[in-house]
Amino acid sequence: MTLVLNRIDDRLIHGQVVVGWGQPLDIDFILLVDDAVAASDWEQELYRMGVPPHMEVEFLSVDDAAARLPQFRSEGRRGILLTGDIATMARLAERDGALTMVNLGGIHHRVGRTQRLRYVFLTADEERELRALAARGVAITAQDVPGARPVPLQELLGSSENFE
Amino acid sequence: MSESQDAAVASAGGRARAIVAGHGSFAAGLVSAVEQITGRGNLLVPVAVTGLGADDIERTLRRLMAETGARVIFTDLQAGSCSMAARRLLRGVPDALLICGTNLPVLLDFVFADEMTPTDAARHAAERGRAAISVVGGA
Repeated sequence: MTLVLNRIDDRLIHGQVVVGWGQPLDIDFILLVDDAVAASDWEQELYRMGVPPHMEVEFLSVDDAAARLPQFRSEGRRGILLTGDIATMARLAERDGALTMVNLGGIHHRVGRTQRLRYVFLTADEERELRALAARGVAITAQDVPGARPVPLQELLGSSENFE
Repeated sequence: MSESQDAAVASAGGRARAIVAGHGSFAAGLVSAVEQITGRGNLLVPVAVTGLGADDIERTLRRLMAETGARVIFTDLQAGSCSMAARRLLRGVPDALLICGTNLPVLLDFVFADEMTPTDAARHAAERGRAAISVVGGA
């Protein structure tokens, strides 16, 4: 499997993704799955400028990504699948049975969200979405950078004081 | 805005010529070094964005630009979230300038370029900073 990380991160392409994970995982490409970005040339140019020359980035809608994920997995190159929110990853997982692991990398403060980790804030609906994803057999852990301890979903949702 | 950013804006006293933003304590560390070397650290407003989402980073930068009048933003990584937020912000502020990959020589050159406009000073400083990287020794 050449998609070595399936990450939810509301900053999408940024330092932790490109450098923090990209370098140690020896990443060749990023699949950025977001319907709004896939429909905007300006947004794509913005994110493309943040990716080093040796790294490719593809911008896909959820529909296009679901259709092409098997192709990306069959390639020899190594990639990161990236979404900006839980709902997008959940829609992908519904249509792609091979998506069995998800990394929560950054879901930041917004009105209505409760802090679960320093870098993870969730609404009640988002918690339900994550539980539903886990119930389908997807292993979910929160981990902002490779050197941090992966926090399993059950532990993440078990305490609102679990700030690391 | 954090207390340290409030203090930095107050310290700049309307003289701020640029905002410095980046990961962790990058900005505070560089501005502290500029102050120690030149005594001109108050020309720069350091911004820490740890724990902020993309929208909040953009809001913070926008607010600081409005409060200080600064039209130059120095950031660390080209791919960093501060740089991304600054690029979004610049779309609506055509006279503003973003310099990514900032190092200490960039900021030292910038704070001494009183005779230039801040944007010209930043362009000049970027070239100085690029040239200031050297490799010494090694087999």
